[in-house]
Amino acid sequence: MVKKKWKVSVITMALAITAALTGCGGGGDKPAAGTATSGGDTKTVKSAVAAAKERGKLIVGVKYDTNLFGKKDPADGQVKGFDIDVAKAVAKKVVGDENKIELKEVTSKTRIPLLNNGDIDAIVATMTITEERKKQVDFSDVYFEAGQSLLVANNSPITGIQDLKGKTVIAVKGSTSAKNIREKSPEAKVAEYENYAEAFTALKSKKGDALTTDNSILLGMQKEDPNYKLVGGLFTDEPYGIAVRKGDTEMLKAVNETIKEMKSSGEYDKLHEKWFNKKPEKK
Amino acid sequence: MLNTIVEIYSTYSHEYTSGLLTTLEVSLLALVASLALGTLVALLCISPFRLLVFIGRAYVEFIRNTPLLIQIFFFYFGLPGLGIEINSFAAGTLGLTIYTAAFISEAIRAGIQSISKGQMEAARSSGLSYVQAMRYVILPQAFRIVIPPLGNQFINLVKNSAILGVIAGMDLMYHADIVATSTFHTFETYILVAAFYLLLTVPLSILVNLLERRMRVGHR
Repeated sequence: MVKKKWKVSVITMALAITAALTGCGGGGDKPAAGTATSGGDTKTVKSAVAAAKERGKLIVGVKYDTNLFGKKDPADGQVKGFDIDVAKAVAKKVVGDENKIELKEVTSKTRIPLLNNGDIDAIVATMTITEERKKQVDFSDVYFEAGQSLLVANNSPITGIQDLKGKTVIAVKGSTSAKNIREKSPEAKVAEYENYAEAFTALKSKKGDALTTDNSILLGMQKEDPNYKLVGGLFTDEPYGIAVRKGDTEMLKAVNETIKEMKSSGEYDKLHEKWFNKKPEKK
Repeated sequence: MLNTIVEIYSTYSHEYTSGLLTTLEVSLLALVASLALGTLVALLCISPFRLLVFIGRAYVEFIRNTPLLIQIFFFYFGLPGLGIEINSFAAGTLGLTIYTAAFISEAIRAGIQSISKGQMEAARSSGLSYVQAMRYVILPQAFRIVIPPLGNQFINLVKNSAILGVIAGMDLMYHADIVATSTFHTFETYILVAAFYLLLTVPLSILVNLLERRMRVGHR
């Protein structure tokens, strides 16, 4: 009897692993991002524009924990920020009404899988355009210029990345900042958390000596708690783009037109002033 | 897909191995500690003193009715507010121990209470003290009964240790998250990490089954 149980356990494990590895039960398997089949593009993707028009609303992935860009206000349950306003402008372009939008929370970790699964139509979530990410998604033109910086307690001796040797730097899983800091300061220890709220909580409870991400996001944190300051200037360029599914040229065109129109109509400057109290710097 | 998994493993084998070791370490420590604490709480719950019973019950009800995640966050983020510094490994081990002990104590209490009253009476009338009777007569019998539910708790413990991933605990789950977000092969990465957890829990299942067989007395 017991011997049988033994066998059952082992066989179950073997079956589970084999099933998982061979990906049986396929059915709803969507083409996983990046699993490049030799023939290049395997399926023509249905445009998110058509999908959004059909359902009468655009579904956009945004951050809920990033002050000034996308932050859920516990007082009224509304998500507010620069990214949210940009997303609304895209919705207006795609479905004709800025209120016909559904905001879905994403984190740096979940945004690309959610887009590629078809759960969201676009990502407007402080997302830096990188070569690696371009292999997974298509990016719009740059809609915001940020740069990586450090947030430390007001009484911290750290003044820049040169002081990070042997120190613990807090970052967010799936963000470019974690990768950058490993390259720029290889002797620092990096601890990565799920989202910015947890990362900032970790800094406040002294789980690390500094928190690193884009200056714009750090500014939002500093605004929440003035006991912290930004140091070290900007040590990377982080151009933000809006991501759409790879190959979805129709959606990409709509997004790029929105950005262009916002910039030419002056709406972009107004939004920038609304959230950052200043006009964008002209480059 | 198999190729991708093999590729991920060969590129990140160091991360997986170090994660596996941390998971194993946390699980083993919490396993021993929660067994000790769980036994103690079970004894409190069945003690003849009402105050001790109250303390034991309060512990069990409070811990088993609140989420493990909140307990871990409390130890990790909350304790520094009270001036107690604690790292993710310690917070994780402590949280898992306290959480699992509540369930273990219930299993042990049920085991002890399933031993007939006559056993205690016979032990006491043969001159043993309450503690001796517990130690030599009741507990050995009770443990035999509680091996299967204890096995469940230990397996849960190993799986629950994945919670360290959210407090930068450098365990299997933490590294899997990092690998998933840097390779974008989310599905393959998590399949691989699931296989690693199976590697830990299936031998544990087998061990519990073996133990159950060895401890079985008077049954077929």
